[in-house]
Amino acid sequence: MEESQSLGQFMVQQSGKLFSQTLTHISLTLLSMVFAIAIAVPLGIWIARRRRFSGPVLGFAGILQTIPSIALLGIMIPFLGIGPKPAILALFLYALLPVIRNTYTGITGVDPVVVDAAKGMGMSNWQILIKVELPLAFPVLMAGIRTATVINVGVATLAAYIAAGGLGEFIFGGIALNNSNMILAGAIPAALLAVMLDFLLSRVQQLSLKRVRMVYLILPFLFVLLCSFYFLPSKIGGRMLAGFTPEFMGRQDGYIGLKEVYKLKIETVVISDAVKYKAAYEGKLDVIDGYSTDGRLKAFDLVTLKDDQHIFPPYYAAPVVRQAVLKKYPELEMVLNKLSGLLNDEEMTRLNYDVDKLKQSPEKVASDFLSAHHLLQPALPGGKGIIRIGSKVFGEQYILAQMYKMLIRGYSHLDVETKTGLGGTQICFDALKNDQIDLYPEYTGTGLLVILHPSPSVLNGIPKDKDAVFNYVKKEFNHQFNLTWLKPIGFNNSYALMMRRKQAANLNIKSITDLVHHLNEN
Amino acid sequence: MIKVENLSKKFDGKLAVDQISFEVGVGETMVLLGTSGCGKTTTLRMINRLIEPDGGSVYIDQENVGGQQPELLRRRIGYVLQNHGLFPHYTVLENMSVVPKLLEWDKEKIRNRSMELLDKLKLDSTLGKQYPSALSGGQQQRVGLARALMADPPILLMDEPFGALDNITRADIRREFTELDELAKKTIILVTHDIQEAFEMGDKICLMDKGKVMQYGTPEELLFKPQSAFVASFLKEHKLLLELKFLKMGGHTAWELLEQLELGKLKEILFTLEG
Repeated sequence: MEESQSLGQFMVQQSGKLFSQTLTHISLTLLSMVFAIAIAVPLGIWIARRRRFSGPVLGFAGILQTIPSIALLGIMIPFLGIGPKPAILALFLYALLPVIRNTYTGITGVDPVVVDAAKGMGMSNWQILIKVELPLAFPVLMAGIRTATVINVGVATLAAYIAAGGLGEFIFGGIALNNSNMILAGAIPAALLAVMLDFLLSRVQQLSLKRVRMVYLILPFLFVLLCSFYFLPSKIGGRMLAGFTPEFMGRQDGYIGLKEVYKLKIETVVISDAVKYKAAYEGKLDVIDGYSTDGRLKAFDLVTLKDDQHIFPPYYAAPVVRQAVLKKYPELEMVLNKLSGLLNDEEMTRLNYDVDKLKQSPEKVASDFLSAHHLLQPALPGGKGIIRIGSKVFGEQYILAQMYKMLIRGYSHLDVETKTGLGGTQICFDALKNDQIDLYPEYTGTGLLVILHPSPSVLNGIPKDKDAVFNYVKKEFNHQFNLTWLKPIGFNNSYALMMRRKQAANLNIKSITDLVHHLNEN
Repeated sequence: MIKVENLSKKFDGKLAVDQISFEVGVGETMVLLGTSGCGKTTTLRMINRLIEPDGGSVYIDQENVGGQQPELLRRRIGYVLQNHGLFPHYTVLENMSVVPKLLEWDKEKIRNRSMELLDKLKLDSTLGKQYPSALSGGQQQRVGLARALMADPPILLMDEPFGALDNITRADIRREFTELDELAKKTIILVTHDIQEAFEMGDKICLMDKGKVMQYGTPEELLFKPQSAFVASFLKEHKLLLELKFLKMGGHTAWELLEQLELGKLKEILFTLEG
């Protein structure tokens, strides 16, 4: 089914979405560029006049440039919330350095004899700037604008993480779902966009020096015109807004299932896992997806809605280990199984809360838990071999990775290397399959739907209970990938929809069906 | 016409121009002569206020330039630079129109005046649409002069105007310039380090060294009545040639006679010299 679909078919099928994402992407890029040019060009001119300020100004713009894009977007959220505003501000900050620097270089590079001649003929400073310096600095200045624009087309894909839309929705959805058509449907237009904008700007740059004066007038209008395409997802007239991760958007046991089984009709934006809880807490979003054991559920006072039609399969966590490693170090299985059955849902939520809200380190939380259960042993001398433990990017996985590390060090002569923070399910799984890690904690439902994704007929044949799903994934992983699922740890970290406790109580929404009724009535 | 009084300028605490005074009459060409770093260019640039003096004043037609708005002052004074300073992004005609446009002339007047000057400076009118980079060095320098002459300013300041040209082109263009009727009636201050150029073009020469005037007078005065050993030694290398050019007999200079190979008359002159 999905595999047999070609990229062309996918793009045709999703053309409406693709078109609107592309427009949003262009608008995000250009709008931020218009602001950047409006600020950076005068600033560049100013530091060309007052050279002693050039160091601090360029230095500061340089520091902004070094902040990782996803971190910059994160920093914006407390001030500007989610959506296009923080995205445009972040892109604006990224565009500053190339434009300021090239304006400065361009103006200071103008032959001083020419400026002297202009002055000697009686031009005012303003006339020298407009008629002599800017036209002569124009090619260099445009080169800066080109650089910034191409960078911003790339960075704008990250805007999808904070519900600002753009082609990043397909790219990150595709990565999370291991759907290469979806990745390419976002990545190819983004690349083409960068190439096209760069080409157009290179033409502007090469315009004969004489026509430059006209371009100075036309360019801003062109930008603004293109920006008028901009339209953004936002809360309109009190209707409810849902924020889902790219992964959830494309999963059968996610938004697709909600639409098919519950006939859920709600306005949605795509948002990253890292910011959605806060956005929901602050009322920017009303419904989000999440994990039932997530500590942030407690931290941000959210409640899960009951999955009364059972679209979310059970998600019992268990370590997935390479068979080769278990064979080489037989003692490993026993060590890893020490955690089995120790952690129930509440216990796990509490540990997650300690990390996410109380900001305790995963190491401390892990060691406190193990010592409470008399499992914490001082490390034995190592040297027998190295076990590489992977984890996905959220607190629970960090805690589990730390617990396994402490258990292995305490009960075997093996050394441990942790590779935590591997982007998502697919990245962890690929790392495991390709012998880059030896084990990571996985969830039965995720293994079933994301890794194995069986055809609907097979899927319907598997009962949605804990043991049936576990046995199915254990068998298939063993058979298909030479990977072993050890005993489940105990808790069920299922997908869930969640809302603010207060809003859910006011609207008397307890289950997803209640939510659907509420939406249909309004 | 132009009067400079006790003009001084310091750069980083060092005197570049030290208490300079001179007067230039209407229609005269005055040459500021000296080695590089002697303060001649600084002096020139204080006249149109590209540099503000630390002491002293400049008067044009009895009016102190210090009290005038610099931009308006400069529009009334032609300015020719070494390396011409043409705008690379403007055509020849656009370059020439800069000052008239600042003075808000109408298009017709600008066009007529441009054509007139191109013709006078022996520049083909088709060059008008070219950019400076397409022109030869000599042509660029002529356009530079044409640009300065467009608004017919009574005063012309020239900073090493032939400095960037090779020797042969330089001599040719210099001769053309001296023969130009547009320049004949102008008051000109010209900066050069070239002694021959100074003696050929100057009605008066102001020889400078280390920011001070060493001697101010006609070429003949400098040549035949040097006021100090510095002046004499400065001119020494060129002395014979200059003397040949300035000694006159029957309406001809010795140099002209030599050129025409009228050796008989030349002997006569040299004979009288010895006598």
